[in-house]
Amino acid sequence: MIEFQNVTYSYGGSALLDEVSFSLPQGSFHFLTGPSGSGKTTLIKLCYAALRASAGQIRVFGKDAATLDRDGVAFLRRNVGVVHQDCKFLDHLSVTENIALPTLVSGQKGAKTVGNLNDLLQWVGLTDVANSLPPSLSGGERQRAALARALINAPDIILADEPTGNVDWEMSQRLLKLLVELNKMGKTVLLATHDMALIRAAKTQVQARVLRIQAKQVWLAGADL
Amino acid sequence: MKGIIENFLIFLIGDAQAERMVPPTGYTVRLTVFAAAAMAFLATFALAFSMATGRLADKWTSELSRSATIRIAASAEQAMAQRDAVLAVLETTPGVESYRVIDAEEQQDLLAPWFGEELSLDLLPVPTLIEIVERPSGFDAQNLQFRLAAEAPGAVFDTHRRWRQPLVNAANRLKFMGWVALGLILATLAVVVTLAAQSALAANAQVISVMRLIGARDSYIALAFVRRFTLRGLLGAILGVLLGILALVLMPAAGGPAGYLTGLAPSGSSWLMPALIPIITAIIAFFATRRAARRMLRSLA
Repeated sequence: MIEFQNVTYSYGGSALLDEVSFSLPQGSFHFLTGPSGSGKTTLIKLCYAALRASAGQIRVFGKDAATLDRDGVAFLRRNVGVVHQDCKFLDHLSVTENIALPTLVSGQKGAKTVGNLNDLLQWVGLTDVANSLPPSLSGGERQRAALARALINAPDIILADEPTGNVDWEMSQRLLKLLVELNKMGKTVLLATHDMALIRAAKTQVQARVLRIQAKQVWLAGADL
Repeated sequence: MKGIIENFLIFLIGDAQAERMVPPTGYTVRLTVFAAAAMAFLATFALAFSMATGRLADKWTSELSRSATIRIAASAEQAMAQRDAVLAVLETTPGVESYRVIDAEEQQDLLAPWFGEELSLDLLPVPTLIEIVERPSGFDAQNLQFRLAAEAPGAVFDTHRRWRQPLVNAANRLKFMGWVALGLILATLAVVVTLAAQSALAANAQVISVMRLIGARDSYIALAFVRRFTLRGLLGAILGVLLGILALVLMPAAGGPAGYLTGLAPSGSSWLMPALIPIITAIIAFFATRRAARRMLRSLA
């Protein structure tokens, strides 16, 4: 699904990632870990073409991300669900409207979308706050709403960038459970976190592998959990 | 053609939910409506002015071009003989539709503005005046001139061209200036809408960023702004034109020569011309916003 081949990403003349190679097969669950500032967010941005590699090749759904034009990038993002650490909501729209945004920009309308939306709200437990504005949500509710928005277009790949960074342990567990459920539905999941306790907690729930960023390289950190 | 109409209707009706993605930016939107209304108001006047001067030029051209005057300056004894000679010449001149000697009473009326009502024509050496109206096919003015010189040496033939042409030129120049003013007003409108759109786009950089992250194409994002500014421009222009027309209708009426100054209101089918201003404004707003949006989106890449 996603394949990095000798990818280097430089910013301001210095490399943040240096000749990184790995692949995320379909239906896999990977954690991406490493210290703060190690490049986890950069790597995730490279996956959905928010950043372009300085060298090497990134293939998403078999397509070279470097060859995508603006529209190509837009279509790629419709098929990759991203949960951002800061959620990135439009604060003047309700939770429901924010979750439905990806369907609007991709031109989907109708009862099916509404049905999906209601199911999603129920699944992430946000039915009660569906008409609230994002600033009024708690950290956990925001992350669940961001997850719902990432899923509304039924993407095959879920990229989650520190989704548990601003929530308590209980909510972290709940989010992890949702991501595990998605993986069991066949979605490819990449979850960036520096929370080792969360990774250990996942041990009993899913066959996950850990990618560690260290010294500008990505290492497969040991065997299955 | 059907596709264009469908796209236009989709654009007009729009996707209310999609447009909601852009937060209501009250200030820039109100600014656009006001600027469009003000410019449309001015454009209505410029258009009316241009059309009025055009009508004036046409009126002067059509009313005066078919008339000429023969003035007979001769002693009292010779004047009558020369007048008869002139009339005889006119009688046999092809292209002359009618002619008449301006009588003393009418001459008195013509001179009254300068010398007063009590003037006695006997006190002034007033020449005999003969007015000629030519047929649409016209007559040979040079030939007539030669014949008058031979038959009535005291007759001075005047086609009015000498003083008519500068007036017609002036009216045409005024008409042209009216169109120039109209063009400048519309260009200014384009600038104002562009600046307002740029301001709105800059203020919504975060919104644009989020829309891109969720897979919105730049054309989709641009359309949300373009639609908003086009419709606001159209609304403002309709208001401005309605106010302009109201002002034209309410202008105090003045008959006679002063009517040229106050009779700016269009007449007949000319009333449809101001209706074009909102359409042109909407087109300008559409392209100005689209250009601004595309440039801004490119720069935000």
